[in-house]
Amino acid sequence: MDFVAQLTLFVLAVFLGFELISKVPPTLHTPLMSGSNAISGITLVGALLAAGHGGDSQTISILGFIAVTLASINVVGGFMVTNRMLGMFKRK
Amino acid sequence: MQISQAWIDIAYLAAASLFVLGIKGLTKPRTAVRGNLLAATGMLIAAVITLLHKDIVTYEWIIGGFVLGAVVGSLLAIKVKMTAMPQLVALLNGFGGGASFAVAAAEYFKGLDAAGAAGVLEAMAGQSTGMVAMIAIGAAVLIGSVTLTGSFIAFAKLQELIDGQPKGFPGMKFINLILLIGSVVAIGVLVNDPTQQVLFWSLVAAAAVLGVLLVMPIGGADMPVVIALLNSYSGLAAAAAGFVMGNSALIITGSLVGASGLILTNVMCKAMNRSLTNVLFGVMAEGGDAMDQDEVYGGKVRSSSAEEIAMILEPAKRVVIVPGFGLAMAQAQHAVRDLADSLEARGCEVEYAIHPVAGRMPGHMNVLLAEAEVPYDKLKTMEEINPTFEETDVAIVLGANDVTNPMAREDKGSPIYGMPILNVDKARNVVVIKRSLSPGFAGLPNPLFANDNTLMLFGDAKQSVLDVNTAYKES
Repeated sequence: MDFVAQLTLFVLAVFLGFELISKVPPTLHTPLMSGSNAISGITLVGALLAAGHGGDSQTISILGFIAVTLASINVVGGFMVTNRMLGMFKRK
Repeated sequence: MQISQAWIDIAYLAAASLFVLGIKGLTKPRTAVRGNLLAATGMLIAAVITLLHKDIVTYEWIIGGFVLGAVVGSLLAIKVKMTAMPQLVALLNGFGGGASFAVAAAEYFKGLDAAGAAGVLEAMAGQSTGMVAMIAIGAAVLIGSVTLTGSFIAFAKLQELIDGQPKGFPGMKFINLILLIGSVVAIGVLVNDPTQQVLFWSLVAAAAVLGVLLVMPIGGADMPVVIALLNSYSGLAAAAAGFVMGNSALIITGSLVGASGLILTNVMCKAMNRSLTNVLFGVMAEGGDAMDQDEVYGGKVRSSSAEEIAMILEPAKRVVIVPGFGLAMAQAQHAVRDLADSLEARGCEVEYAIHPVAGRMPGHMNVLLAEAEVPYDKLKTMEEINPTFEETDVAIVLGANDVTNPMAREDKGSPIYGMPILNVDKARNVVVIKRSLSPGFAGLPNPLFANDNTLMLFGDAKQSVLDVNTAYKES
């Protein structure tokens, strides 16, 4: 993907983000933050590619391992804690 | 099994769409749980499809990292107390930044490896043009490291591992500026000659120190802003990592999170009537002479008892509860809910007034009260509740201080003048439950405590509410 296409995607997604998130009510701001932590764990995708590259370089493998660990904490911890909080809001 | 790049990209698009739908779900409490599950499904799709990528040839590092991360993450999610949610979010922000940093650094070394020292730029040109790749790596490393160390400092302050007071030394801003300029220059040099590994690690170190120095001077009251801002940074770091890898899923998701953090930062700043620069550089608005506490309170503060407050509550038709960080500290949310139940059982209307910066992160009070099964439609925003205080018989202020200070509305010389507040003083009776007359984060006395219609109940928030409830039930 060339740089301009990437930049286009980035700018459009920022606009989409502003539109979407302005509609989240203050009551749900804490779950929004933990939930957005969870989805920013999408770095996991890059981390998997680094950790599984299979080359000789220990540096890359170790960096990949660190990235997979940290991103997994974000993904698993983020989605679980958000679910836990939202469950409290659900019941009446 | 291997799979073509086009299918992988389509799967990423599906994942990004599910994230968008997930956040859309979060716009209503009713659909929020489903939204979160949609987003989690998106993540699962993205992760599984990536494992089928042809570049992934070994799995031991992946499995090790994932198992470790999943165990730590689920333990954190299950064990964390709702009062400690700001710390957890700070920590997760840091991990997000750290992950983006590690991914970008790994890409850097892949680039070096692939072509040997001579052909680095060409190797990187395989992903996008060499320069753009190196700039993106630099940005991801810079933002990621700042987020990592800055979040850990925020975590340590919230967890009270270190003193929450603003910390600084002369020339700190100058050093921050030097670190920032140095980092940008280092990225510039690396763009021209990516082989300078020492410079790369210097960039990492400078960014890490910068993260520490940026958060140290920020005080406890400003923590909601810092957490929101670091949330934004963690998203931007992920987006930068997306530019490095030419990965659309990372770019879209990172910018969504970046926008989310920025919006929340803005909401918090407005609620405190502070500009972002003021918060970041630890400057309080310049006010007139600090008001003397004795002058404000002298002889006018009425200390009360649980029995007396129960007598005021007895005939009340409408009660508004104003929670602040004191409620979280004392874990008083369940006691408050019990008191509200007693009041409602006798036909009294009970609502909760939530100031945007009550607690230590956006929406913190709402989560605490939701934990105590307070229905969310009783949690009112400042705009909703302020016009109703005049028809309110009793306002109960629980561990909140600055957000109820009428000086913010009336005294033009006050450092907090202009900050939007809850107009608690307009209620017929005000009950303030507080440990002592000690000032809040702003360090100012609160004339509300000395008003004719205010009664103070000194003590621990939880115990005091329990006592009031007992007395009320007996009355």
